[in-house]
Formats: sequence, C-alpha cells, structure tokens
Amino acid sequence: MVYSVTDSIIELDARRLFCPMPVIRLQDCINQQAVGTRIQITCTDPGVMNDIPTWCRINGHEVISSQEQYDEYILVIEKKDG
Amino acid sequence: MTRKAVALISGGLDSLLAARLIQQQGIQVEGINFYTGFCVEGHTHAIRKKDKDKVKRNNALWSAEQLGIKLHIIDIVEEYKDVVINPKHGYGANLNPCLDCKIFMVQKAHEWIQANDFDFIITGEVVGQRPMSQRKQTMPIVSAESGADDLLLRPLCAQNLPATKPEKEGWIKRDLLKGFSGRSRKPQMALAKEFGFEDYAQPAGGCCFLTDASYSVKLQDLWDNRGHKKYEIDDIMLLKVGRHIRPDQSYKLIIAREEGENRFLSGYKGQFQTIKTVSHAGPMALVEGDKLDQQQIELACAITARFSKGRDEESVELVYSDKGDESQAIHIKPLLPQDLPQEWYIA
Ligand code: SF4
Repeated sequence: MVYSVTDSIIELDARRLFCPMPVIRLQDCINQQAVGTRIQITCTDPGVMNDIPTWCRINGHEVISSQEQYDEYILVIEKKDG
Repeated sequence: MTRKAVALISGGLDSLLAARLIQQQGIQVEGINFYTGFCVEGHTHAIRKKDKDKVKRNNALWSAEQLGIKLHIIDIVEEYKDVVINPKHGYGANLNPCLDCKIFMVQKAHEWIQANDFDFIITGEVVGQRPMSQRKQTMPIVSAESGADDLLLRPLCAQNLPATKPEKEGWIKRDLLKGFSGRSRKPQMALAKEFGFEDYAQPAGGCCFLTDASYSVKLQDLWDNRGHKKYEIDDIMLLKVGRHIRPDQSYKLIIAREEGENRFLSGYKGQFQTIKTVSHAGPMALVEGDKLDQQQIELACAITARFSKGRDEESVELVYSDKGDESQAIHIKPLLPQDLPQEWYIA
C-alpha cells in the first residue's frame, strides 16, 4: 500500500483502483489509526464520491472535504470513535 | 448479554432481509462483504463514459445503510483464485463455482467471527433458490465444509432446516424466522414491503461476472491460450472491457468501444503492445500475447482500423508500439467486414 505521512495527515494513493478497492484501502488504513487522525485519499474512479461518504456514514467517520481536480477525486476523512 | 451476528451482505434483497429479521430479535448485526475481483459492482460504470453520468451506488454499502449497520469490505482477490481455478464441486452453467464460493465465504466469515468475538453468521440463502449452491442437499455441505457448522443460520429458510446453535440456545426464536423455499421471489418481495425497503437491487443472474456467459467464454479462452488456468487482477478487469478478437492462437486484440474504454486501455501502455488510430477518430487496441511479427502487426492494424471512422477509406494511419519505446507508423486499408471471420470474435 502506498501512503505517506505529512503534517499528521496520512496520504493514500488509490489512483487506478476501482470501487470498492479505494474504500478497502481507506478502511484498512483507518482501522490502524487513532481517533482524530485525518486521511487524504486520491482516486480516479468517480464512484468514490458516493462510496466513501456512504462508508464513512455507516461506520461513523467524517468526510471533511471532497473535491474533483483534473479527473482525480480527493477526499479528506477524519477517524471518529465510530 | 447482547449476542452478535455477522451478516454476509451481497447487496441483493435476500441478505438485506435476512439481516433485518435477525436485528428484529435484538441481535447486534454487522455486515461483511467480500471483494473477489469479479463483482459486478462499479467497474464497467467507472470505465465506460456513457455510464459515468449515472449515479452508481454500491449495493452492499446501500444495504448496510438501510440496516443501520457497519460494513466490513474484505479483499479476497488473491485467495479467491484457487476457488475459481480448482473448484472442488465444479462450475455452474458458466465459470461460476458457486458452491465452492459460498463455502469459502462462509469459512472466511467464520474466521472473522472468531477473531472479532461474534457469536454466529447469517446469510440470505433460500433453499431451492439457485440451481447449484442453494439446493437442500448443498446447504449442509456449506455449513460443514466451511467449518461454521451450526453457527451458520439462514433466517429466510431456517424453518426448513435443522435448528442451529442460535436457535437451540434460545438466542433466536425459530418461530420468528421464515420457511421460504423455491425460486419464487414473491415472499421476499412481500417481506421487503413489510419492512419498508424500496429501491433494492435485483441482480438477474448472480452477484458476479462468472455467471455471465460471454465473460466466461473470454476467461476460458484466456486459460486455453495460455495453457494454464492462472490469472491476475488486470486480466480479469480487461475481460470486462472492449471487443476481444483473436486472429491466431498467439495473440488477441482488445479493441476499445468508446472514449472511456480508450482512456482505460491507454493506462496499460508499456505493459502491452498497443495500436492507436491516428489519421481518423478511432479506437485504441491492446495486443495480449506474444510479440507480433510484421505480418501480424499489419493484420492487427487493419482490424483496428476497421473500427475507426476511416473504415471505408483506402488507407488509415495507425501507430503500433511495443512494450518498450519502439513504435512504427502503419498505413493500411481497413479490413473489410467479410474478411473478419465471426469465429475470431471471442464471445
Ligand atoms: S454468483 Fe459469483 S459471487 Fe455469487 S456465489 Fe456464484 S460464484 Fe460466488
């Protein structure tokens, strides 16, 4: 898995992965983190704009921001005490 | 003490109903969903441009949200290969190893409940619903071979089956479970109405591409021509995309059908030999197989040109590239429809 830590935000690269793989990457990463940690995930499958917020709602985490930039979809998620 | 159950959530109606029946008995339910790589969810929508504007939901996530439960999605792509390649109980009508698949998923769920301190497993199976994996004779096989034994409860048809541990121990009231059987969907639809579920998914054949006849023909062709039954995730993704044409045993062409597929196939430059139409609007093609000789390059280009806007021209320009930096411009007359034998089309 490709991820790096910058200023306490973890960056996940889920480019070229199709749903639900980006969701699985996010889930597996978030499960290892402490409450309050933020994760930024960059994807190319537009399906993540539905699937990640849904996954966060049902598992009790928060989507802080989501944006589309040059055919990439970037979401920031904060781990809550779901 | 609140008992806990994990529900196998496929995204279809049956698993949704099974989970709700158990929630109603005061059990804490969480969902588990397995990603095999063959799942119908998402991919083709993400690739094909014409599908992109439609909002596509993941039905397993949707089901979990309807139920108000957590959902754990588990990547089983690697381990699942053995199920597809060597199914002990064989294949269904196509390359779907449904019985082995069910056993494997219940076995994974059994491992999961042990690791997470849950009490039992529920599935949406119904006796007699599907020809292969949901017959009365195969239900005990799934319980026994998965190792879950009487910790596997099928709430929709439990009254037709021997009592399981959750029933025997009184965690669950058997008379509140159902006794559905057979292929009719009416009881499920009535129950959905009773629970107030609307807009649920109704997959026609099954939950994965392996039940699809044309997909299975392409997978079998891949195995036959490689001489072994292995596959990688890229292989099974590429079987979902484009026209597949095999002019001879040593290679096949995967030709994009529209812009989204063009873009998707472009992502494989460097991994495959490629052909791109340049003088006219036209498709991108990947060559899967051995390195082409000059005669094969020309034939492959003539075939690809046949699907370009220049199909009726005397000459179309294309660029053939190998996996490295080498490429060559090819000017060629597109193949006439009568020169493209139907048997070259895979599926
Ligand atoms: S349809 Fe596919 S996912 Fe469903 S049981 Fe059969 S092989 Fe498994």
